[in-house]
Amino acid sequence: MSEDVFIVGVGIHPFGRTPGLSGLQQGVFAVRQALDRAGLSWPDVQFAFGGSDAAGNADTMVSELGLTGIPFINVANGCATGGSAMFGAYSTIKSGEFDLGLAVGFDKHPRGSFSPLPADWGLPDWYGETGLMLTTQFFAMKIRRYMSLYGITPPMLGAVAEKAFANGVLADHAWRREAVDIDTILNSQMVSDPLTKFMFCSPGEGAVALLLASGRKARELGLPAVRLRAAAVRTRPPGSFEVFSPALDLERGGSPTSVASQAAFAMAGVGPEDIDIAQLQDTEAGAEIMHMAENGFCADGDQAAWIAEGRTRIDGRLPVNTDGGCLACGEPIGASGLRQVYENYVQLTGQAGARQVPGKIRLGYSHVYGAPGVSAVAIVER
Amino acid sequence: MPETMSIPIADDLICPYGAGIALLASRDRATGRLSFPARPANDTRYAQVVLPGTGRLWSWTVQRFRPKSPPYAGPEAFEPYAVGYIELDDALIVEARLVDVAFDALEIGMAMRVVPLPFMLADGTSRTSFGFAPDKGAQA
Repeated sequence: MSEDVFIVGVGIHPFGRTPGLSGLQQGVFAVRQALDRAGLSWPDVQFAFGGSDAAGNADTMVSELGLTGIPFINVANGCATGGSAMFGAYSTIKSGEFDLGLAVGFDKHPRGSFSPLPADWGLPDWYGETGLMLTTQFFAMKIRRYMSLYGITPPMLGAVAEKAFANGVLADHAWRREAVDIDTILNSQMVSDPLTKFMFCSPGEGAVALLLASGRKARELGLPAVRLRAAAVRTRPPGSFEVFSPALDLERGGSPTSVASQAAFAMAGVGPEDIDIAQLQDTEAGAEIMHMAENGFCADGDQAAWIAEGRTRIDGRLPVNTDGGCLACGEPIGASGLRQVYENYVQLTGQAGARQVPGKIRLGYSHVYGAPGVSAVAIVER
Repeated sequence: MPETMSIPIADDLICPYGAGIALLASRDRATGRLSFPARPANDTRYAQVVLPGTGRLWSWTVQRFRPKSPPYAGPEAFEPYAVGYIELDDALIVEARLVDVAFDALEIGMAMRVVPLPFMLADGTSRTSFGFAPDKGAQA
């Protein structure tokens, strides 16, 4: 029999830059905060999944948390590291093997763009040597193509970024906590046309910890909890358009996001129209727009009306990226996907303070995307 | 390569073709699926083929900051450059630098053709890479 899985506690180390702490230490901070808030202690945790992209091995944090001998599995799955850690913890509890476990993700990246090496991605050196291997170029060309097909305009990109920074002001874990007006966004330095500096997120630092429990354990603990209705990780289908692609097939197809989204909705037995709040990968402003459609929330091109009507604002019909997303929080790869789940937990349990979505919200959706074509989607229910 | 060109930046990437170059790709012998860049010539699962030299711009951007080294191997001095995907008829959509065109003249759908692109390495030596330039001879 498969078990219900609940998130019963969350912790976060604020995103941004923390010169005095390593990524691992920020991870430990997040774990301790999750335990403290839940009134639990480290010996209560029966297993852990965790990882970072660039800040070391998660399992070494037992030397700070305590040598309790639990299985602690390191996850290294690129941009889906956090999502994969949660998928591992979810599957473990669902199987009935354990009652209470941890998913933790953290990271600490140097300033500036990512600098991937071609060989790590199965690509020849010339691709990097000649200046084609940049994630920023991919996102710019994906949104440029999308804009030409579906009537998305630069002011719509600006509106998405403006919303992100406005929401970030209200989120105490966000990195960028100052509002930026749309004119400043549109007129800021062009990074990779049509995307300006304020339309891109930056690699950063931060950590998130989630405590997962079986239904039986969650009832016993009596803590504020959300049920994890779905956790899906999927890689790319034929004809998708991905980061680090020297060539694309003529026959265009779906995306890892559309595949993961459909899988998650099927697991949860709900549809996009049932979702009350969504955290969508916004590496840049256009990504949020495209991911609204890829995740099934609207048809291609309908984003224009959604943005004009403010439907994705905190007080809108489907609030999107209520803590400012990657644009306001930055992107520590290992932690980024778990931050989205953290935000949904905080919102669904009514603990989001100044950024609390009004009214009764029941279903939260989160989506992370990364190279070389992987997406993770989670659906939680209060 | 024609006399005036330096050695290619990589094996199995480009070949001389007429007065210029062509891009090398691989065709999976079992499925017929094309891939670029080409696999090593000794991978018998694939046949090496030459891609069409002309096509239409599918999307584009401008690289406005110097990429980090590694992997970027260009000189320290930096000039922004255009990058795009070009849809080659009945073949693939290929990513390349765009040359001989002003940034504000770039437009999705414009006709492009492959050209050799001298690429200066940081140590001052030159290699031949590839780019796409507007195909002025093409039907609009």
